[in-house]
Amino acid sequence: MSEATVDAATIDEEPTDREPTDFYERSVAGTDEGDQQLRPRSEQTAKELMREVGSVLRMSEAEAAMLGELPDDPDDDQTMIINMGPQHPSTHGVLRLMLELQGETVLRCKPIIGYLHTGMEKTGEQLTFAQGGTNVTRMDYLSPLANELVFSMATEKLLGIDGDIPDRAVWIRMLLAEMNRMSSHLLFMATNGMDLGAVSMMIYGWREREEVLRFFQEVTGLRMNHNYIRPGGLAADLPPGWRDGVLRILDMLPERLDEYDILMTGQPIWRERLQGVGVITPQEALALGATGPILRSTGVEWDLRRDQPYLHYDEMDFDIVVGSYGDAFDRYAIRLAEIRESMRIVRQILDRMPTGDYRIQDKKVTPPPRARIDESMEALIHHFKIFTEGFKVPEGEVYVGIESPRGEIGCYIVSDGSANPYRMHMRDPSFVNIQCLPHMMRGGLVADAVAVISSVDPVLGGVDR
Amino acid sequence: MSDDTVDETVEDAVEETVPEIHGCPVVDSNGQAVLHVPRDRYLDVVKTLADDGYAMCVDLTAVDGLELPGRRLPAGVTPERFEVVVNLLDIRNRRRLRLRVQVPEDDAVLPTLFDVHPGTEAMEREVFDMFGVAFADHPDLTRILMPEDWVGHPLRKDYDVGRIPVQFKEANT
Amino acid sequence: MGIVNDVRDDGLGGLSHNVITGKLEDLVNWSRARSSWPASFGLACCAIEMMATGAAHYDISRFGMEVFRASPRQADIMIVAGRVSQKMAPVLRQVYDQMMEPKWVISMGVCASSGGMFNNYAIVQGVDQVVPVDVYAPGCPPTPETLIHAIETLHGLIETNQILKRRDETGAGANVHVEYVEPTGVPVLLGTKQS
Repeated sequence: MSEATVDAATIDEEPTDREPTDFYERSVAGTDEGDQQLRPRSEQTAKELMREVGSVLRMSEAEAAMLGELPDDPDDDQTMIINMGPQHPSTHGVLRLMLELQGETVLRCKPIIGYLHTGMEKTGEQLTFAQGGTNVTRMDYLSPLANELVFSMATEKLLGIDGDIPDRAVWIRMLLAEMNRMSSHLLFMATNGMDLGAVSMMIYGWREREEVLRFFQEVTGLRMNHNYIRPGGLAADLPPGWRDGVLRILDMLPERLDEYDILMTGQPIWRERLQGVGVITPQEALALGATGPILRSTGVEWDLRRDQPYLHYDEMDFDIVVGSYGDAFDRYAIRLAEIRESMRIVRQILDRMPTGDYRIQDKKVTPPPRARIDESMEALIHHFKIFTEGFKVPEGEVYVGIESPRGEIGCYIVSDGSANPYRMHMRDPSFVNIQCLPHMMRGGLVADAVAVISSVDPVLGGVDR
Repeated sequence: MSDDTVDETVEDAVEETVPEIHGCPVVDSNGQAVLHVPRDRYLDVVKTLADDGYAMCVDLTAVDGLELPGRRLPAGVTPERFEVVVNLLDIRNRRRLRLRVQVPEDDAVLPTLFDVHPGTEAMEREVFDMFGVAFADHPDLTRILMPEDWVGHPLRKDYDVGRIPVQFKEANT
Repeated sequence: MGIVNDVRDDGLGGLSHNVITGKLEDLVNWSRARSSWPASFGLACCAIEMMATGAAHYDISRFGMEVFRASPRQADIMIVAGRVSQKMAPVLRQVYDQMMEPKWVISMGVCASSGGMFNNYAIVQGVDQVVPVDVYAPGCPPTPETLIHAIETLHGLIETNQILKRRDETGAGANVHVEYVEPTGVPVLLGTKQS
């Protein structure tokens, strides 16, 4: 490389008296790849980020309704647009897909959502912060404790008490979050199996999930939609004998997970149906905002428990499970391995669970213990105010994101100083992950479409809110 | 950075203490960095941030500020009816950044982020559906959560919740 | 009376204890009650509890209902499990219309029965505004025991033929409300394996 080319005006102007400090500057910065130069991210358009331009079928519902009235032309090699859902045994909830088919091959796809829209964000503005947990827990109904946790964490950040939550409460939250991850992934195993034909897997997965739900019922009182994690801590302490419940699950699960390995992982039919199906590249996944097992299956090592730790995850010893091919088999294997990692974390929590309070003793936030209400007028008034008016949260806005079984779930709250949130928005992982569906399904068969939806594991309650 | 000249006006002193990223004021909100971007520079700033490493758009949502006209904003930012909030994530450096763009009611249009972050397609559709903020050059700006022929934008503050009166069995009237 | 080894030798008289006689209507109702197939209409969280009821621990296969038919033509009972949004209501009605008589509807959960905790613009306040409901099962979500209680109540009504008669007169559903049954928390036992 002669001096003349190095000084050419195509290179960024660098002061010539500066010593090149690193290898890149010494050897690479002086080169120019011309048209193949890696352009900055801001110049990469959607067309280049996504492999296939035409994956998403963009058609309004009115146009789709008119399709039935088109005249048939047998000579024309037409593509067929069929509707899948919203009531269909293979969609996880009320997801409607419009598939454009050429024979059995899926060309384009449009996911249509909104069939479970509940107006939860609007309802959230009518409920107090203490009641918000009941609303939020029903969004992603397979991981209700994750929803409650992120809402509580956002509220606590606004209140400024997020550093003062008692240790025991934090550890219990972590325990429940990991148990919830286990129950959600077990349900994924069950529904994934059933969607692909291994119907007995449905029964096995639910059998294990029942054990975890029984533990939840002992601790929180309900099998689902617990409203247990609340701003300030928890609703109640762990019941006596909870360790036995957890140990029972930890003893029982490993051999049953090995059964799944025999039934599914090593099995040729399973592999044929999942390997190479629903492939997504890491670039696409990042561009679409996918998180969780989908992003990790492409090889990107991003798990909020390790990379932006919350609660006490930075003290836990666990692995992040990452795939390499970005296909449905990787996502299945990641979730199966994550059950095992969650068990590892739960074991560590069992050893290290501290004693203490299960909620912060801040009078403005926490209701007083029931016994004190009989004795103290002040306690009675506090209890009354907290449960009727609600506690006031200072003005501000905050976003908190945690790792739910499906990806990053986030809660964005804007508070105006009153007892109700001014605006509560949940960034649901499935809402964003569903955008990956057209890109995963392109070029596959209709039967693979079912496998792809199942591997994305959407929960329509969170998608539609 | 500062001149420290004696005849500095008070205005200059205040402006210099507000940190900026790419020319837009940055505020700390409960420990998180929030960037207030003017509408005309919105797309450029997002693209520049993508070069900086913020390659993933985690969330795009909106807030109807109808009942908060006097909310606290940095100097030079006038509050409008709608605020579009964008959450960006830098995976390499493990950091987040939040953008807030003020959108006036009478001209509720913003350029779309679809070209830079294709994942915002569904998020922008939701904002359009719930608030009525349109996004220019969006590939498919239709309602996503409500039925397509629905009238009104539910998350606006002047849209009623739609409660029906409920009679409780055990309540004595 | 005795065991019939060979009809040709012993004659049909010995078979009398192997034969049941009854009114055709009763027999039809008896079989309808014990083999009513649900149409899968799981919408939200209640659908998960419905699947739990179909799974091994609570097992509605004992009541003849483990086959959730995807096609409404083959289904008898529609268990509306979950909140019904404005967009979903026409779909619900269409699926209900496609079911063939006799058909019954169980409204599972408070969201389906009355709109539940979501008293707002987006949720139909009670699925009985769209389809006639026979049994309402409360709970958020109803425990599998509650759902089984509701199903068994419905089966009882089918067997005594009360529902069909009422439907002919008024066209409405039976409007039976059942009680919420607390979850029992019994561990899942694996047969003879040590638990």
